[in-house]
Amino acid sequence: MDKTKDPNISAMCTLAVGEAGRTGDWRSFRPVIDHGKCIPSQKGRSACFLCWLYCPEGVVRAEIPITIDMEYCKGCGICAEECPAKAITMVKEEGHE
Amino acid sequence: MSRVEIMTGNQAAALGARLARVQVVAAYPITPQTSLTETLAQLIESGEMQAEYIRVDGEHSALTVCIAASTIGARAFTATSANGLLYMHEQIHWAAGSRLPIVMCCVNRGVGAPWTIFNDQQDSISQRDTGWIQLYCRDNQEIIDTVIQAFRIAETIYCPVMVCYDGFVLSHTLMPVEIPEEEKVDAFLPPYRPHTILDDTNPRTINPVMFADLRANAEGILCDGYMEIRYKLEYALKGALKTIQDVSDEYALVFGRDHGGLIWEYKTSDAEVILTGMGSIATEATIAADILREKGIPAGVVGIRAYRPFPTEALIRALKRARSIHCLEKAVSYGFAGPVYTDLRAALYGSECDAQMQDYITSLGGRDIQPSTIAEVVLNRIKSDAFDGRFREPIWINCRTE
Repeated sequence: MDKTKDPNISAMCTLAVGEAGRTGDWRSFRPVIDHGKCIPSQKGRSACFLCWLYCPEGVVRAEIPITIDMEYCKGCGICAEECPAKAITMVKEEGHE
Repeated sequence: MSRVEIMTGNQAAALGARLARVQVVAAYPITPQTSLTETLAQLIESGEMQAEYIRVDGEHSALTVCIAASTIGARAFTATSANGLLYMHEQIHWAAGSRLPIVMCCVNRGVGAPWTIFNDQQDSISQRDTGWIQLYCRDNQEIIDTVIQAFRIAETIYCPVMVCYDGFVLSHTLMPVEIPEEEKVDAFLPPYRPHTILDDTNPRTINPVMFADLRANAEGILCDGYMEIRYKLEYALKGALKTIQDVSDEYALVFGRDHGGLIWEYKTSDAEVILTGMGSIATEATIAADILREKGIPAGVVGIRAYRPFPTEALIRALKRARSIHCLEKAVSYGFAGPVYTDLRAALYGSECDAQMQDYITSLGGRDIQPSTIAEVVLNRIKSDAFDGRFREPIWINCRTE
């Protein structure tokens, strides 16, 4: 298929990671996880994962330890708000003073 | 065998939609369109027409339903007038931007405020820049034929078509109309094949938020940005000039009636004075041209059937021998002049046609105009010694302007 031409006559996209562009560069605050407080890290087993559940972008990975895909995290702060252990802190990105 | 019946313009439009085997109708009643949708409702209720008639709470919803129906592959039709058309405005853009071949009849009526239910063309003219094809009909026969042609044009190039005709003057006036044979219409208009279809086995988002620049999708294809999608719409509309003409020519071969495609001409071969306009005012101008000929003025008419896309080349060819051009208009671009004059003057600028041009605003809100009056104002104008190439203010006919 010719990858330089879009065959469609109207705008459309299929479900795929990154279809809306690299939304990570919208971020002015980044979530930083303190694994000394994070429940799954502390217990060493699948537990809590409320950040994964509440993330509107689906960028939190429910694994041990929890990781966040910073390519697409918009920095909304919902994970930090929902974390019962207060393990996530929103830290200003450079250039967003 | 085709048969001739006496019917109104609205009945002709409804029969055209039935013959086109429209599958979804969604419309909201408004004068003077109402009897069109009433006729369709009766045809569907009685089983004479196999279609879904979806009742809606207003015109915005009517066109939204047609957009949804057309997206999943149904042939969709709606109709409205005046403020109803304006209420659709957002979705009128949406239908064109989505490249959906919806056909809508605009039964032309003046726009409020103040309220008028009577005819002019301000309503469809105010939707000029939405990306819809606009065709203007001059009699009831042309309405039934144009609705059928409109679906063929729309589904060939995937652009919506607005079939415009004058409220009351045509919509409620009885004329003999030859009804095309069903089998011939079926052969002329094959089933609709959508360019995109919603399919749960191949899910996709239609019309996502676009960013300013092109970007690669998951398969690595560099997808169009907003500007490319809009360029494709413009390119399609320009290409529609050929499609409209081709469809009209083929229709003439099959059904024996030629409405002219982009434009039509009356006694232009030796004409130096050309009257022009859209819809029934241009028909009336043919009588005015005859009156002028009786007075020794070689007059003719060039009727504009396709207003968008604007038939620049066809008009230059038709007007190159003209010495003066007189635009009769039922709409105003407030603060400048009539829309036909504006576009025609731009189209002819620098071309081999160097005729003088005058604009006339007439018949707003149904104000009557007689062919003799048209002949008189045109005669006065061409006798005026101030007829130079410069822009002149439009003349408002039959209007107290002091």
